[in-house]
Amino acid sequence: MYLRKSLKLGVAAAVLAAVMPLSAANADGKITIGLGSEPTSIDPHFHNLGPNNQIAQHIFSRLVEQDEKQRLSPGLAESWKAINETTWEFKLRKDVKFHDGSAFNADDVMFTMKRAPAHPNARSSFKLYSHGGGKVYKKIDDYTIQVTTPRPYPLMATDLSTIHIVSNEIGDETWEGEFNNGKAAIGTGPYKLVRWIKGEVLQLSRYDDYHGEKPEWSVVEIKPIKSAPSRLAALLAGDVDFIDSVPTVDIARLKKDPNLSLSQGVSNRVIYLHLDQHRDVAPYTTAKDGSEIKNPFKDVRVRRAISKAINRDLIIDRVMEGVAIKAGQLLPEGFFGRSDKLMPEEYDAAGAKKLLSEAGYPDGFKTTLFGPNDRYINDAKIVEAIAQMLSRIGIDTTPETMPKSVYFKRAKNRGPEKPPEFGFVLVGWGSGTGEPSSPLKSLLATYNKDKGYGSSNRGLHANPKMDAVLEEALASVDDDKRAKLLAKATEIGVGEDVGIIPLHYQVNTWAAKKGLTYVARTDERTLAMGISSK
Amino acid sequence: MTVFIIRRLMQSAIVVFVMSFLVFGGVNIVGDPVEMMVSDEADQEERERVIKSMGLDKPWYIQYGKFVTNALQGDLGNSFVYGEPALQIIVQRMPATFELAFVSLLMSIIIGIPFGVWAGLFPERFSSKLIMSGSIVGFSLPTFWVGLMMIMVFAVMLGWLPSTGRGDTVIVFGMELSFFTPDGLSHIFLPALNLALFNTSLVIRLTRAGVREAIHMDYIKFARAKGLSYRRVIMVHLMKNIMIPVVTVLGLEFGGLIAFSVVTETVFAWPGMGKLIIESIQNLDRPIIVAYLMIIVLVFVVINLVVDILYSILDPRVRLQDVSS
Repeated sequence: MYLRKSLKLGVAAAVLAAVMPLSAANADGKITIGLGSEPTSIDPHFHNLGPNNQIAQHIFSRLVEQDEKQRLSPGLAESWKAINETTWEFKLRKDVKFHDGSAFNADDVMFTMKRAPAHPNARSSFKLYSHGGGKVYKKIDDYTIQVTTPRPYPLMATDLSTIHIVSNEIGDETWEGEFNNGKAAIGTGPYKLVRWIKGEVLQLSRYDDYHGEKPEWSVVEIKPIKSAPSRLAALLAGDVDFIDSVPTVDIARLKKDPNLSLSQGVSNRVIYLHLDQHRDVAPYTTAKDGSEIKNPFKDVRVRRAISKAINRDLIIDRVMEGVAIKAGQLLPEGFFGRSDKLMPEEYDAAGAKKLLSEAGYPDGFKTTLFGPNDRYINDAKIVEAIAQMLSRIGIDTTPETMPKSVYFKRAKNRGPEKPPEFGFVLVGWGSGTGEPSSPLKSLLATYNKDKGYGSSNRGLHANPKMDAVLEEALASVDDDKRAKLLAKATEIGVGEDVGIIPLHYQVNTWAAKKGLTYVARTDERTLAMGISSK
Repeated sequence: MTVFIIRRLMQSAIVVFVMSFLVFGGVNIVGDPVEMMVSDEADQEERERVIKSMGLDKPWYIQYGKFVTNALQGDLGNSFVYGEPALQIIVQRMPATFELAFVSLLMSIIIGIPFGVWAGLFPERFSSKLIMSGSIVGFSLPTFWVGLMMIMVFAVMLGWLPSTGRGDTVIVFGMELSFFTPDGLSHIFLPALNLALFNTSLVIRLTRAGVREAIHMDYIKFARAKGLSYRRVIMVHLMKNIMIPVVTVLGLEFGGLIAFSVVTETVFAWPGMGKLIIESIQNLDRPIIVAYLMIIVLVFVVINLVVDILYSILDPRVRLQDVSS
């Protein structure tokens, strides 16, 4: 609480002082950015993680790029098309040079696709993307690559838009150490790595032969400042020009500050509840007198009642300070494969009570809602709010939150034989590919280790009908057809089954000195290329 | 004295060993590092590969056996998060923390001792009462809050000092140190002062209590009667006798400054070991946690040894020997 009190005082003081030093840092083309997260490595194939990918995107390029709304656009590949049912052809750009001056060609792509899945130390490799669906790469000539799969594979370009291309000249046995010290960190991206001191600073300089649009800043310094109030203070003090992850409590006041400008945008991250739909007796769930009851969450009416009992507007207004958008499905508006029919469930306590009675729980029951307290924006407060709302319709809910390091072990799903310890959880999901097939596969599809389905299906939702529609979608190369099928699968899994209860989409906020603008990105990344002084 | 030191070092080896067992066992109970690490979208196969690559598929006693074998050869394992040797990552952060702790300790001595002596010599004066009330404030205000207020006042409002981070460094004795550059000094001032606040109060109170007690002793009266100058009585006769508790406490506190400057380092984004350990705990980076705690045990052992030796210099009555029972 000290934290918030001091910020209130501090921000007020800053506004009073009003004579903030407007730093001249921008004049010489240098920008300093304070980030709440830090990469674990510069090696783009070491760890498939937001903070790493965001730094990698400065230094490396991809065959297919994702724009600020995660739509695909040409990158190192100038065009791509399906030449038959199972073969995709990528035509590469001919004018691209790596930071060390060597030319980019198909050999670099072949090398990257061999390296990315085989990184021995990878903390989360890109194999799922580089070889998912059984991809086989073939070099046709220096600037043409063909990728074949045993079955039609529509997500080809999407998959390849996650993999950063490295130079084949770094050699076979070069791993993260050589990247971290800068020797092998040779890409084709808009910035060159100058140096990285872990926990202290990451310096980049503009690459003048970059093949795309040249970024405005010639020198970029990225400083990790994890503590949110300190990050904000650094911006107010003029030590940094730009910060990410502005805490929601401060946004209203910062908007009034004449020396700052804010940038906001919805993310691809949906916050949702998962309920146990598998076990006969749900853990931590009993009748009101404490006696054992059969799992009430198995009844779709109970799940719908819970969804109706949650006042999403109130949560967004009070807990999120207005900085979130209520959710009725897996991705917010504007994304591919979204359903037009699914709307956020309206708050309806009477309707929820009625559904509970129909399901045989006129007096409700007792349960515990678990959630992390340091993973998503205001996560613990959301859990508390929901517990109160559910208690109001008769489901006595105890909120219980814990650090993510403890939480995710206990909420882990290892299949029907080893279900999670919890039966009712709050989690979030960000869709890195920008379309709903990844959450459908991981959160709602029936657990299937061989196919890699249901790995985060913490409620063990299972519906063969939805699985069939999803599989059909994953085999449809035609975009319109696939979009319709994905929407249909979402309508079954989220709409009919209430397999998960979506709450809201997170909205991210960036703050900058007056005069700087940032194009908010749905993938939550902070890119120096997106900051402009115009 | 040599026997004493050797015996001390042998005892420390046992302490370090027991410590490694407790810590290793402890961190293995909490959480699942793989769940923390892998991308949400990773499928079951990928998760299993990561578990295997970090050696977590084996039972804990085999992991521990492997750890001890490697540790005896100076390898404390690779960080889960960074993939690089844990020891190397910690050692890289060490200079930043040591210099912060050192500057902070220096500040608490420079500020604390004169104020404490003053308050002890003239307990009835208003200035002394002010110093004593100030020391209560120093004790009781939380570091986190004071740190943020310092940033707000000196960096945001006045713009005198930088708000966060570490300044330019120069290489001295093979270490990257920042307190030899003007930029580095301006960066270290606020965090060091923040960290020194508690210890300064402690030193003031200890010194004052020591002075109040010693000032009525016969040897002080005798020294005055001998006609020694007031200055010499205070600086030599008095100071020497009140230093023992101060040195003990500062010695232990120095260890504390190194090991637990977590809050200050986090608030000021100071790239030291404290920030590293708190992040490693949050991310369940077990090898870093284990290596860090073992290093800290060693630091404490060494500091205690130095304190014992300092005793014998300050007070000739103290002999370095083990208590035989």
